[in-house]
Amino acid sequence: MNRFKLLYGGSIVALAALAAALGAALVLSAIGASPAATFVTIFTGPFKDVFGLTEILVRAVPLILVALGIAIAFRSGIINIGAEGQMLMGILAATATALALPTWPKAALLPLVILAGALGGALWAGIAGLLRARLGVNEILSTVMLNYIAAQFYTFFLRGPMIDPGELETGSGTPQSMRLPEAAFLDRIVPGTRLHMGLVLALALCVCVWFFLWRTTWGFRLRAAGAEAKAARYAGIHVPGSLVAAMCLSGAFAGIAGAVEVCGVHHRAIENITSGYGFAGIVVALFGALHPAGIVPAAFFFGLLLVGSDMTQRSAGVPANMILVLMGVLILCIVSAKMYLNNPYAQERAARFFARFRTSGAGEPS
Amino acid sequence: MTHDLVYNILSLGVPFSVALLLASLGEMFNQRAGVFNLGCEGIMCMGAFLGFLPAFFLKTGPLAPYGIVLGFAVAAAAGVVLGLLFALVTVTFRAEQGIAGIGLQMLGWGVAGTLFRHFIGGVTGVEGLAAWSIPGLSRIPFLGGILFNHNPMVYVAFLMVPASWYVLFKTPWGLKVRAAGTEPRAADSMGINVNRVRYQALMLGGAMAGLGGAYLSLCQAKMFADDLVAGRGFIAVALVYFGRWSPLGVLGGALLFSLAQSLQLAIQVAGIKFPYEFAVMLPYVLVILVLSLARKARMRGPTHLGVPFNREMRY
Repeated sequence: MNRFKLLYGGSIVALAALAAALGAALVLSAIGASPAATFVTIFTGPFKDVFGLTEILVRAVPLILVALGIAIAFRSGIINIGAEGQMLMGILAATATALALPTWPKAALLPLVILAGALGGALWAGIAGLLRARLGVNEILSTVMLNYIAAQFYTFFLRGPMIDPGELETGSGTPQSMRLPEAAFLDRIVPGTRLHMGLVLALALCVCVWFFLWRTTWGFRLRAAGAEAKAARYAGIHVPGSLVAAMCLSGAFAGIAGAVEVCGVHHRAIENITSGYGFAGIVVALFGALHPAGIVPAAFFFGLLLVGSDMTQRSAGVPANMILVLMGVLILCIVSAKMYLNNPYAQERAARFFARFRTSGAGEPS
Repeated sequence: MTHDLVYNILSLGVPFSVALLLASLGEMFNQRAGVFNLGCEGIMCMGAFLGFLPAFFLKTGPLAPYGIVLGFAVAAAAGVVLGLLFALVTVTFRAEQGIAGIGLQMLGWGVAGTLFRHFIGGVTGVEGLAAWSIPGLSRIPFLGGILFNHNPMVYVAFLMVPASWYVLFKTPWGLKVRAAGTEPRAADSMGINVNRVRYQALMLGGAMAGLGGAYLSLCQAKMFADDLVAGRGFIAVALVYFGRWSPLGVLGGALLFSLAQSLQLAIQVAGIKFPYEFAVMLPYVLVILVLSLARKARMRGPTHLGVPFNREMRY
């Protein structure tokens, strides 16, 4: 049965991707671009050189981290749409820490900076978690509002207290922070590209999350509270507490994604630094079936989409907003498909369907 | 001086409330019918862009006066289509409504942004609707300027409040909508097609969110930009909670937030020393505060909000 489930799930994901491609093709033909040429550019363009390849990985790093956080929240029965804001708060905390301790050695500073990022994200998400647990405020709405608030906070700090004094001297006034001390940089893996050690960190955290959720009591409690709150409460699990914990943990991952982005790629806090990773992470988490093993390939796939759609903007003039259309349709398809995925009748029918193929394909005697 | 300031805040705040009011009245119908439509933001984005498009293309030409009317019609139609799409996903396929809403938001935002880059590209404006002062009433000192000296859409939106109250509480269809959201099983056994009612409510809600979005681009900003809607769709959803699913409550919420917004503008214009970013933050902070407080004032809302109706399932 398990094998059929996999086949079945796979074909549903493929159908979702097909529907998304159709939706995107519709929009593309509306603006007079050739869908086929655009898709070819998106899917082959990044593979043409080392730079394109490493860029995919550079995008995959924050996507993996954000998606891990979102998966933890979803598995615990709380929906976190606020990764965008939590990333920004993580970036602020990480940047402030790095700039405050310019003389510290790398071995001490870098972990501290990333921890600060985690803390920033966790605190920001914790607000939404507490509001939900204590006052019953719908977490979707509060996290969305916190995104807008965080964006304003962020620009306030970049334009005010944290602005690079150099920008004020030259009078350009670009809202960005000072360059971080070099001890806070994540090393580059491939020299001459932007690929950095954050990739290793992200993959390691994937394993940690898997271990935490499926091999520890704490992880079991979170998942139990998410799967069946009533039963979990009966079993003595403090459900509101686990909601807050899950939200904080989820925000911590978004915060780490922000810190890694600053330390690995930009080396200073700049405007538009999150590039929509907070939202794309939701799609990656769903596409990866809320499991670390699925999130990694999903993040690479979306990294490819992001790099590829940037290329279409440069070469074919197709706006990069296109990617949002794709992601929107993908979300709608995936959540719709869930009904069929969880429906035992549909599963059984599909199993019979696939079984027919197998017997005829293998040529077994009937 | 203070008199002028108060007057300015109030007379700006009333038209500011229109987009929120339209969208949240529509959302109220959705939620009363039991569907939590977070895609409101995406529908507003599409409405804002697709409403702007005909008005922009007909700006100069013989059809110029009809451009805006056509814009509102197109926006409402787009809203109905997106409402149908959302209904398909959440009612027929029984998808998780919160996440599906985020999907619809991305879809609407992405399509509007892509088409905008292609067809318009930069900041260009339209005429917008001229103010239409109601004869007699607009002469009332102080109040006249605040309430009766606006573009026609403002009056339409405010008339929608009693109209939707009447529809929701005094018509058979309104009863079906409320039943679909609170007692879907009972409604079903009384022969009401719950899913059909939800479809209808989502189409109506979509049309109103589309109109709200078009109001933003056609009457309020008089131009389109990617981030024009700026979370108003989400605020509209929050206002429905705040207004305890009643038209009057929703009106109060919409006014409260538009006043916070015009207060923020007044702070900037008056040159009061207050960081600009914190002023922009104000309405969003207010939403969170109000949501936290609104929980305490208990009133019966739709009990099956967010629960897909499944005839075969007992719950």
